[in-house]
Amino acid sequence: MSELLEIQRRVAAAILHPLTRTETMPRRRQDGSSNVREADALIKPNDRLSSFERLEIYNRQYWFRLYSSFEEDFPGLKAIVGNAKFETLMRGYLTDCPSTSFTLRNLGSRLVKWLEEYPEHVEPRRALAMDMARLEWAHIEAFDSGEEEVLDADDLAAINDNSLLRLQPYLRVLELRYPVDDLLIELRNESGSSDASSNNASSARKRKHVRRVAAVEPEEIFLAVHRHENSVYYKRLHREDFLLLKGLLEGLSIGAAINAAFAGSSLPDDQRGAFLHEAFASWAALGWFTRQNSN
Amino acid sequence: MPANRFNGFTDYGVGIGLRIPHYQHILTRKPVVDWFEIISENYMIDGGRPLEVLDKILDQYNVVQHGVSMYFGSASDPDPEHLRRLKRLVKRTNTPWLSDHLCWGSVDGRYTHDLLPMPYTWEAVKVTAERIRRVQDFLEIPVVVENVSSYAEFHVSEMAEWEFLNEVAERADCGILLDVNNIYVSSQNHSFDPFTYVNAVLAERVAQIHIAGHSKFEKYILDTHDHPVLDPVWRLYARAIERVGPTATLLEWDDKIPSFEEVHAEAMKAEKYLAAARTKTGAAATKVSELAGVAR
Repeated sequence: MSELLEIQRRVAAAILHPLTRTETMPRRRQDGSSNVREADALIKPNDRLSSFERLEIYNRQYWFRLYSSFEEDFPGLKAIVGNAKFETLMRGYLTDCPSTSFTLRNLGSRLVKWLEEYPEHVEPRRALAMDMARLEWAHIEAFDSGEEEVLDADDLAAINDNSLLRLQPYLRVLELRYPVDDLLIELRNESGSSDASSNNASSARKRKHVRRVAAVEPEEIFLAVHRHENSVYYKRLHREDFLLLKGLLEGLSIGAAINAAFAGSSLPDDQRGAFLHEAFASWAALGWFTRQNSN
Repeated sequence: MPANRFNGFTDYGVGIGLRIPHYQHILTRKPVVDWFEIISENYMIDGGRPLEVLDKILDQYNVVQHGVSMYFGSASDPDPEHLRRLKRLVKRTNTPWLSDHLCWGSVDGRYTHDLLPMPYTWEAVKVTAERIRRVQDFLEIPVVVENVSSYAEFHVSEMAEWEFLNEVAERADCGILLDVNNIYVSSQNHSFDPFTYVNAVLAERVAQIHIAGHSKFEKYILDTHDHPVLDPVWRLYARAIERVGPTATLLEWDDKIPSFEEVHAEAMKAEKYLAAARTKTGAAATKVSELAGVAR
């Protein structure tokens, strides 16, 4: 192994190691090895700072940068689980799932899967918290995913049951057990609306958040998270809409997706044609159908 | 240097970093600004508002790309997806040159999202220069490397930071983005004379200069980019301009960002140094012409 690679691996091991509860670099790592000895071996001290203290600057910068990015991405989840639990969750997730991308935009990409493995972090409001994590990640994806060329009226007129319809890369559909869309909008409005930054204003905001979260009742909702004129929107869907879009996103033909949408549906047969017409017209108007790879 | 092959033979003046809080002001008021520097990673995405804003800025202003995650000094290979996205953005912006840092920040596929200092060894010179050459060949535009601020030094280092920078720039045949604030921060943290650094840098390779503010703590200085430029940094800037000539200069302000006007006014303080250098360069050119006339 090259000396450069060895040094970089050793320094990265120190920097990526979790901080103590008081946000300092631990003198001993979780595996029992000494950070002090490792710092002394790698880093020169100066007349003001020991080797350990110099390495600690980078260790703390790493974690503070990640905390800040993660908190910015998941304010709704934080409001649901509360500050203390969110901090534990955040440390656990970022330790298990460090960034593997050049951009911090992807930091939360594995959160939902990780929470499914470690649900204790979101108890006792597990279902609500999981829904919020899904919505907040979908929002990030909808914000800056690609946008393909939209199908025009002639393209749409040519499709049949066997056609494959490609949807915009920014579109996400979610099946949720709580109306977290409303909750997230309220929380965001609230955070953005305060013109004060005093502790009093912040405490009052926190109390309001707690009350709002406590008041959220279960409600099965289906949601499209999409982008229009470069703003992200949440659009409530009928169950049939959701299943139809989900089928199309999974690559089913139009006919197969329609069958999946109406399986178990209570919508009377004679209303299904009008329902489909309205759904397709609305989605076409929103520009969700794209030209690429469509038949 | 004012216009050279490392900055695409441009002669840009004073620019500022394009930051989200200023988007609205720039798009609606269309202020006169020589050029904007963008953080490449903010626009290496597939769609959405950031690209829409960028396109509007590109319609009206000169834009130069500055990256924070190429990690020229990392021992492991660059991420091909990163390079592909970067090249796509280069084609979109037509940036005359592209800068990133002389540092490392990732290893074995894990990213620190920090600009970590290099061990100044001959092996690191070789690895880093090769990587810069590969990136430059792939992107097909001049690549310029920036010195970082640092808080730690390695026992294994075999040379001074400025010697490392010069060696890498020569071997990679790339330009230098001289960050005088970073030089000042590192000089205080590592107890060296910042003027030694500025005086040693290969002047003919300097394509751009960064200025910024920093924060003083009890035992070290942190490169925070959240203040106006401090006097010692202006003095260093003056010396740098004296050596390299009127070179494209950019103010970085990344935290506690004030109004556009305040940031721009701070940046424009650089103009008096650039004007003085232009006068000097002009006088020298006149003298050369006169001498050439006498010789004829």
